[in-house]
Amino acid sequence: MAEMEEQTIEYWRWDEGNWKNPDMDFKDAEILTAGIDVGSVSSQAVIMADGELFAYGNTRSGYNSRDSASNVMNMALEAVPGLKLEDIHYVVGTGYGRVRVPFANKAITEIACHARGANYMYGPKVRTIMDMGGQDLKAISCDERGKVLNFVMNEKCAAGTGRGMEVMADLLKVPIQKVGEMSFQVEKEPPPVSTTCVLFAKTEALGLLKNGWSVPKVLAAYCSAMAHRIYGVVKTVDVKKEFVITGGCAKNSGIINRLEKELGFEIYKDTKVDTQLAGAIGAALFGKALYEKSKKK
Amino acid sequence: MVEKKYKTAPLKSWDKAKEIRLNIYKEIAEAKSKGKVLLGGGAESLIALPTGFDYAMLVGEPYGAAISYLAKSDPDEYMKYVEASEHAGYPRDLCAYMRNYIGSILRDKYVFGGPFPKIDFYLQAGFCDTHSKWYQAVSDITGRPYFSLDLVPFDWEIEGESEKTKDLKRKYIVDQIHEAIAWMEKQTGREFNDETFIQGVLNECESTSLWAKVCIANRAIPAPLDEKTMLSLYVLAVIGRPRNDVVEFYRELLDEVEDRVANQIAANPYETARIITDSQPPWFALDLFRLLETYGVVSVGAHYTFGLSGGWEYDEENKTWEAGKTPQEKGVEVKTRDEAANVLADWWLRTGTVCRGVRHSGAGKIQRIMDMVDRWKVDGAIVHLNRGCEGTSLGQMDIVSSLLERGLPTMTYEGNHADPREYDENRTFARIESFMETMGLKQLYEFKKGE
Repeated sequence: MAEMEEQTIEYWRWDEGNWKNPDMDFKDAEILTAGIDVGSVSSQAVIMADGELFAYGNTRSGYNSRDSASNVMNMALEAVPGLKLEDIHYVVGTGYGRVRVPFANKAITEIACHARGANYMYGPKVRTIMDMGGQDLKAISCDERGKVLNFVMNEKCAAGTGRGMEVMADLLKVPIQKVGEMSFQVEKEPPPVSTTCVLFAKTEALGLLKNGWSVPKVLAAYCSAMAHRIYGVVKTVDVKKEFVITGGCAKNSGIINRLEKELGFEIYKDTKVDTQLAGAIGAALFGKALYEKSKKK
Repeated sequence: MVEKKYKTAPLKSWDKAKEIRLNIYKEIAEAKSKGKVLLGGGAESLIALPTGFDYAMLVGEPYGAAISYLAKSDPDEYMKYVEASEHAGYPRDLCAYMRNYIGSILRDKYVFGGPFPKIDFYLQAGFCDTHSKWYQAVSDITGRPYFSLDLVPFDWEIEGESEKTKDLKRKYIVDQIHEAIAWMEKQTGREFNDETFIQGVLNECESTSLWAKVCIANRAIPAPLDEKTMLSLYVLAVIGRPRNDVVEFYRELLDEVEDRVANQIAANPYETARIITDSQPPWFALDLFRLLETYGVVSVGAHYTFGLSGGWEYDEENKTWEAGKTPQEKGVEVKTRDEAANVLADWWLRTGTVCRGVRHSGAGKIQRIMDMVDRWKVDGAIVHLNRGCEGTSLGQMDIVSSLLERGLPTMTYEGNHADPREYDENRTFARIESFMETMGLKQLYEFKKGE
């Protein structure tokens, strides 16, 4: 029975939920915009009041992008009693499902939105952004306004992405929030596992466990492999020390710490905003600019 | 509204191109009832070879592409072709054209209507390993005989291949051409006509040389043709370059394109930037060229689009490739079967850049692409990492690295030229839109799907 219960625990499940800024009232805002980031693994809806983060929802994407967009928007609206979708002046869809956000006024690529969102979250100093998403890795160079100058993406494979980490958390029965911390409980850093393919990595991890490796050691090997793969992508753009990470994997210290070693410098972490929100924030900011532009015409 | 920089006009040759293509596929369907020899094979099968017969030829790659095009208009019908092929054990990592073609045979369904044509025999030059196996498999399935020519192209010019090796390669092909003719006569029980063969060979040289000249005209600013249009024009040489009507078409097309250059008639009235692509496009998703157009971007061509139907000759002095000089232009008289065989072998070994790229990648192919960047005044490159063709995807990441090292904005996207299951439009469009932004380009008008 206990074994059955253990099997139903979803170790991959990261924190979902909604939030509202308690110090703000939407009725005071002149312009309300929303950014909906429908990714392959997670969806976020951000509501901004006059360009400031006001509320958000964050949940797992379903197989239907339209439903994911509606669900996450409803989630964000639920955090703000009295606020309705019709009250929002402009909505921008982004992410993999950006063209399927039924209530969006415009769709903008996640690359542009992450750059713009990172600019908001970390300030105009940011020059290199690594978005570590569910199934994508994007290395983005940008200017002081968050405008994209260059970008590189991984090819099709979940190895080294958020989905890969979810698979590993489930395999090793470690809650995903604890993976980073646990990966440091090793005496000596082990060599990385394969990052060619997430299935190869999974098979290799199983083999290592059978050979007597501890769970933290396997996690260290996987985090190290992810960091190495991310470095492989990021080094192909013009990497600057004004470097930030967006996306869910930014919350995993096991990867970030090891990536810093590969980069040879410290990554900026000075933001209070959830890194998973970057794309939706960027979309909402684009929404504000587009709304203002439409009013000037 | 953004102001247009150049005037533009529909291509007058367009309707004729469509008509000839349709006629060729119609002739294939009717070949048997009209007493013609009907053969199958690949696009680079020295397709002038069977011109010694009254014949029709189903060329496999464009046919496989035509099936993949169904994925856009009738996805369920498309899936029936690939499912038939995959259920028979041909897995997804094989040539996508081949899988579509085999599916068509197994379903006994000709994509243009009716049952799959009853092919008399298959003829294929082994410039691509998969293509050689393709027709071997088809021969096994249908029980129809198969002749495979072993084609080893010349090395890229910068490799410094010796004249002796080239002579040996040429002779090797010529011997096989004679052998193939004898074999075809035996299979068909018909006599091979040297006169029509000689004309077919001369036509093959002229069609491909003319196509190279059309591509060269696209060096002009503004470009008179965009790649999406070129893809519909080059295919006539792919499926019918030894034909008189195809040669005549390319003569007229060249006249028209040169006239467009002289009068600055543009493919894209904005022409904000010029790009090249690499590998075949995803045939079922040519919309991506329409997306580029909304930014004023014109794709001026590709190593593939220029080379599959193009006869390109290396200019040692200027270290570049120009349109191959035909035997007619050189004043070479071709009077015998053996002379025609020598001309055909020499032409393909020397001027076939795509078959060379499939066999020998590396520095030669990179030089060819860099030459295109220079001479076609290219501002960026979009590389289709084509999971459906092992030949044209050879060395692609080396090409990407070289383009980036040179400082040319370059993006990649993953896909498959004839299997939409490996192409992700959302992801590709996101990359293209971001790539346009990094090139400093703005969308000039809204992209509307299907237009």
